[in-house]
Amino acid sequence: MAEHYDVLVVGAGPAGLAAADAAASHGARVGVLDAQATLGGQVWRRDVRVEAPRMARHAFHAVESRTNIAHFTQTQIVAATGKELLVEQAAQARTLRYDKLVLACGARELLLPFPGWTLPGVFGAGGAQALIKQGWPIAGKRVVVAGSGPLLLAVAATLRKHGASVAAIYEQASAKQLAAFAGALWRWPQKAAQAIALRSALAGVPYHAGTFVRAAHGDTQLRAVEVQIGKNRRRIDCDHLAVGYGLVPNVELAQLLGCALDHDGRHPRVEVDEDQRTSLANVYAAGEVCGIGGRDSARIEGAIAGHAAVGATQAAQALRSAQRHARRFSALLETRFTLDARIRELATDDTIICRCEDVTWSALNDFSDARAAKLQTRCGMGACQGHVCGTALAELGRFPRGGPRPPIFPARLATLAEADFASTPN
Amino acid sequence: MNTFDLIVVGAGIVGAACADLAAAEGLRVAIVEPGPIGGGATAASMGHLVVMDDDPAELALSRWSQQIWEAYAQLPEAEFSRCGTLWVARDEREYAGIAAKIARLAQAGVVAEAVDANALYELEPELAPGLAGGMLVAAEAVVYPPRVAEFLVKRATTRNTQLHLGRRVHALSGDGVVLDGGTRLSGPVLVATGCALPELLPMLPLRARKGHLVITDRYPAFVRHQLLELGYADSAHGNAPTSVAFNVQPRPTGQVLIGSSREFDSSSEVSMTIVRRMLERAFAFLPRLCDLQALRIWTGLRPTTPDGRPYLGAVPGLRDVWVAAGHEGLGITTALASAHLVIDQLLGRRSAIDPAPYLPSRVRA
Amino acid sequence: MNTTAKPVCLHVDGVAVEAPVGASVAAAIVQVTLRFGRRPGGGARAPLCGMGVCFECRVRIDGIDHQRACMTIVREGMRVETAMEPAHG
Repeated sequence: MAEHYDVLVVGAGPAGLAAADAAASHGARVGVLDAQATLGGQVWRRDVRVEAPRMARHAFHAVESRTNIAHFTQTQIVAATGKELLVEQAAQARTLRYDKLVLACGARELLLPFPGWTLPGVFGAGGAQALIKQGWPIAGKRVVVAGSGPLLLAVAATLRKHGASVAAIYEQASAKQLAAFAGALWRWPQKAAQAIALRSALAGVPYHAGTFVRAAHGDTQLRAVEVQIGKNRRRIDCDHLAVGYGLVPNVELAQLLGCALDHDGRHPRVEVDEDQRTSLANVYAAGEVCGIGGRDSARIEGAIAGHAAVGATQAAQALRSAQRHARRFSALLETRFTLDARIRELATDDTIICRCEDVTWSALNDFSDARAAKLQTRCGMGACQGHVCGTALAELGRFPRGGPRPPIFPARLATLAEADFASTPN
Repeated sequence: MNTFDLIVVGAGIVGAACADLAAAEGLRVAIVEPGPIGGGATAASMGHLVVMDDDPAELALSRWSQQIWEAYAQLPEAEFSRCGTLWVARDEREYAGIAAKIARLAQAGVVAEAVDANALYELEPELAPGLAGGMLVAAEAVVYPPRVAEFLVKRATTRNTQLHLGRRVHALSGDGVVLDGGTRLSGPVLVATGCALPELLPMLPLRARKGHLVITDRYPAFVRHQLLELGYADSAHGNAPTSVAFNVQPRPTGQVLIGSSREFDSSSEVSMTIVRRMLERAFAFLPRLCDLQALRIWTGLRPTTPDGRPYLGAVPGLRDVWVAAGHEGLGITTALASAHLVIDQLLGRRSAIDPAPYLPSRVRA
Repeated sequence: MNTTAKPVCLHVDGVAVEAPVGASVAAAIVQVTLRFGRRPGGGARAPLCGMGVCFECRVRIDGIDHQRACMTIVREGMRVETAMEPAHG
């Protein structure tokens, strides 16, 4: 039994919530979906121990209070056509019909392989943030933060707030890159203020530029990390490592629908026009899925998409210059935090690349073709279906990531059997 | 040197088997494959080595081939898993038909036994209640075909075989082939291109028959045998535009592989409508399947001839052109014997079985 | 968000644990073990991405296998089993 919405918004982070609010403000019947258990996406993930920031609370309230917005959490998209989404909510399948779709699918962390990265206790940086917010006991633990980008500061601050001891932050960008980044921040006063606040919250935490984690060591779990500092290697004991090298747009649903992607960078992003419309007339996209840009461009683009989706062109237009300004920040991020080439060369022959199937780096040597590698080694055939290894291999320049097929994420067989589709995509 | 005793076009399981056998016979072989090796129907397949008894020719070919497969039981690349095949009877009528099947299989040297309802549920506790029993062919196995294809090609290359990987045959030249890029190879040609057969040999009718498969996460021992409904052959041999039939396999990884569907369609798009039908059929036999996590859905195209039998032999009207293609849903099982039949004919030898049912010249009749 | 709410009581590998309302099963599991699962090579695994993408945190919850612990909220009386042994046969 299909339910119909004027606008369906996929993702309940800053972009999705803004889109839902904007579309609903014109009276449209809106549905907003997220696979997580609560609204907020990653950036505004609810912390079970700390109150949400005001901006987030505002956004939640806007969506929760409108009677013409239905929100579906714990809801995963399984398959999609130009008119319908097959979703799984808890253990139930549902078909949701829509006139317009807004893709606010956000981003995931770029997780790159290095010796020991599979040890229990190694987290992504965003991963650590997510786990702590969902209640992971971190008080009294000693944590090394490493990788790239402003997210590291946010993670370190969250760690501290929850009683962890942050041993140090190892940022791979050079001091020169960081200075250039800081120097340009005056254009985005809010971000500059954020940065200053974070630095003071992290007073006393050693911060090293131009450094990176080479390896993780431990027996049954992480015990220490090995860090490259200049020409030296230093071993640091720790309980956890929070390591992240940036974010990757979640373009899979857009790809499945047939939206045009921009393949210029190492990782594709969804192409949109000024109104956040994709190459498909009834599909819009906003936020990180259009390229990593941060919370502010996500909120603005979400609003533009929501307005545009219901034909409120003036309201959409009014936000354009703010959007352009916010997006210039993403360009800044991209240029100032480019990855040190050595980080792409950390895997040794024995390093596991495909974590689900235990396929090592050397096992992939014989293959110049991603599909041949997959068929012969099982790389990418496991539960994550290449979300981790496929993305890493694309970043390492080894193999490009292939196109997705349904189900985008694993789903119960019962859900697949509920597919009530009249037609299949393109 | 671009002259060969045999140019094998296509390195799916069938082409790979032909090249490997030809090389073992001392022929100088070339293989042309756009890639990946075993990347077509071979990669999409279930890898079930099964003797089908409904058609005498199919019975002979599949039985002989299954015997040849036994040599690969210890090969790591084959991932040979002797889980056995358990055919399931829904009612007394189907169960009564089993005796005749057992007799036909016995004549071909295949040991099959009737399994009553009690024994059926001992063997497979997850089966839906109310089934009448089944037929167990305990010695049958499943393999992982893409790695076997790769192994066969590699073995051939250790014996004077030249591999042109990443290349495609643009045309037959009359005394060999012309590759994309212009390279010419001369010598007898063996076309083993599966669904792409009409590109080079349009005189041999062949259609793609799409099948869907779904694989789950790991649930070791959910099922122990390859399970098929006795009506499976009706789906395979019938001409209904679309059909589904219960066919489920325990992979050695512990994942459950679910099929099967058939429709005449050459696009590889996943049809959620067909997937739904196929899964509903599977749930009817294995109710708790519905709770398992599905990781992936894919499709495969079965190369299908009008009479359902492969083309194995000389191509009528052309000189020194041979074909090994059109195996529908039995390509993995029959690949090894197919190679023998064709190479035997090439070398003017008698085969262990009568090649007549598979001769391409039958299309003229 | 109600920080004064009574914590949720659940069992992980037979051990009783408490977790705040709204916490994920992953947050509860780590009170008992950091070994969520095993891979074909035998290596132990624990959560990596925290957001449902890596599938390293799959466990059995109330008899159902392969549920992502980081994506599931704790419920009173939940039975969680890590490093899943075969559920059948």
